[in-house]
Amino acid sequence: MTNPLTLAAPTTSRGVGPDRTGLLAVDATGLHKTFGAGSRRVRAVNGVDLQIRPGEVVAFLGPNGAGKTTTIDMLLGLSKPDAGSLTIFGRSPRAAIAHGLVSAVMQAGGLLKDLTVRETVAVTASLFAQSQPVDEVLERAGILDLAGRRVEKCSGGQQQRLRFAMALLSDPGLLILDEPTTGMDVEGRRDFWQAIRADTARGRTVIFATHYLEEADAYADRIVLVRRGEIVADGTAAEIKNLASGRTVTATAGNADAATLAAIPGVDSVESRAGKVRVRTKDSDAVARYLLTATDAVDLEITSHNLEDAFVALTGDQDETDETPEAPETTGK
Amino acid sequence: MTTLPAPGPAASAIAGRRDVPPFGSFNATLLGIEIRRRFRNRRTLFFTVAFPVVMFLAFGLQYRDTSIDAGRTVAQGAPSVAAFIMISMAVYGAMMASTSAGGAVAIERQLGWSRQLRLTPLHPAANISVKILGGLSIGLVAVLATFATGVVIGVRLPIHVWIVAGTAAWLGSLVFTAMGLMVGYLVPSENVMQFMGPAMAFLAFFGGLFQPLDQMAKPLQDIGVWTPTYGLGEIARAPLSGEAFNWLAVGNVILWLAVFGVGAALAFRRDTKRV
Repeated sequence: MTNPLTLAAPTTSRGVGPDRTGLLAVDATGLHKTFGAGSRRVRAVNGVDLQIRPGEVVAFLGPNGAGKTTTIDMLLGLSKPDAGSLTIFGRSPRAAIAHGLVSAVMQAGGLLKDLTVRETVAVTASLFAQSQPVDEVLERAGILDLAGRRVEKCSGGQQQRLRFAMALLSDPGLLILDEPTTGMDVEGRRDFWQAIRADTARGRTVIFATHYLEEADAYADRIVLVRRGEIVADGTAAEIKNLASGRTVTATAGNADAATLAAIPGVDSVESRAGKVRVRTKDSDAVARYLLTATDAVDLEITSHNLEDAFVALTGDQDETDETPEAPETTGK
Repeated sequence: MTTLPAPGPAASAIAGRRDVPPFGSFNATLLGIEIRRRFRNRRTLFFTVAFPVVMFLAFGLQYRDTSIDAGRTVAQGAPSVAAFIMISMAVYGAMMASTSAGGAVAIERQLGWSRQLRLTPLHPAANISVKILGGLSIGLVAVLATFATGVVIGVRLPIHVWIVAGTAAWLGSLVFTAMGLMVGYLVPSENVMQFMGPAMAFLAFFGGLFQPLDQMAKPLQDIGVWTPTYGLGEIARAPLSGEAFNWLAVGNVILWLAVFGVGAALAFRRDTKRV
């Protein structure tokens, strides 16, 4: 069961937290979305199942055109799935928007240039039945000092924090960020994530789409890897990294037997050349133990694969053309 | 029930129950900022307020003692040609105000603001109401500025003429709010002013706002009577002439209001489907 304590954020007396009743923040089953027709038909989302619990911070990771934005549009009720069911805190996406349960930070646009920062937040706040105080939200997004500035005079990073402030107004249970740091400089990106991180500490559910691997690695509890409209892997960053065939053990060993190495459980491949062995394995400990105890191995090194290796292995397209069927590569599904 | 771990202490509070705002989120802050934006736009202010006043002075001032009534002079209480031009210019100002207020949706679409609004509880009908009222607010200023100029240069009319003509010019411009909305939802933003500018000049000219229609060549008159600007001008100037009320002008305006209103609704639906 859920934690009975409610520490932060004022509760309304009639309000009952949805998670207390076991409601999922996102409950999507069999989502499909197709664009175009005939030979130009593109299956942007092709059977996505996604269950996200309240409080999770989930990265939606995939190459461009993988279907991230299409999925997010459906979560926000901006487009309707062709097939499948989708609820946000037990409601339809449009109803969740009307109740202020979900909000989003889009990657670009969505701001009127002739308004000031404060006006933009104030007008957005006025649209919700219950809204956080404007100055408090500006402060949490780190732009209180810019309140009187025209939007057109704000940098890309400042505009992005303004979008974040707008998304905080309804104190939504679910916050969706679509490639939120695209085009930001290093400092802007760091500031932005600092603000998000402070916010997620309060228990908000966050889904962010990104193609920056380090962002997914650093900020997400859970990574959902998408490729060609399908989820190819779903787990913690560590689990995803493991899916890319574990670790590599290298050593200089004259008398290591390739066949024996290959027989160790978990070993995927063994290369042996000029007294050097290179073993890819899911169980690096077993290989290391064998090499160090049963052979004359020296200079032993264990390297773990990073998320980038996993990303490339799981989402890489060998083919460039759309006509060829799904590449028969092994995925971690 | 036991499969869900506790996500965090605040999660249940954060996802607590919320209300849906009343009136589709129509509210004073939204309207106030919309009106402020209308008045902040210098180009709109120029075309809706300054331009009609200047045109009125340039063409009307010389006729302030010229009667439109052959039987009486202005000194005997007949309306002047200047009054006629003044009302035409008021119609023009209100028309420009309403068109630009409706047409603003094109820019908001291009900037992604309309998409942003779809992430809030704001109902499209509330949003369109705000556009209409924003246009009316600056349109009222345009009408009052033109009329005030008239008073200053010595236009004298019975009080009911001021009120009826002013109200007709002001509220009649809703036809052009509808037109602006239709074009705004149809045309990508970068083209909207290219399209609107010549269209408005055409309508103002052929509708007889810059020059009375009956002074034009017959073929131009035949085109002109079909324009919404002609219908609106006729209605607004009707209390001036004291002639029989032109019901065709009312039919004209109602027809155009229906055409632009339905067109705006269809264009809006097409737009939201695609967003």
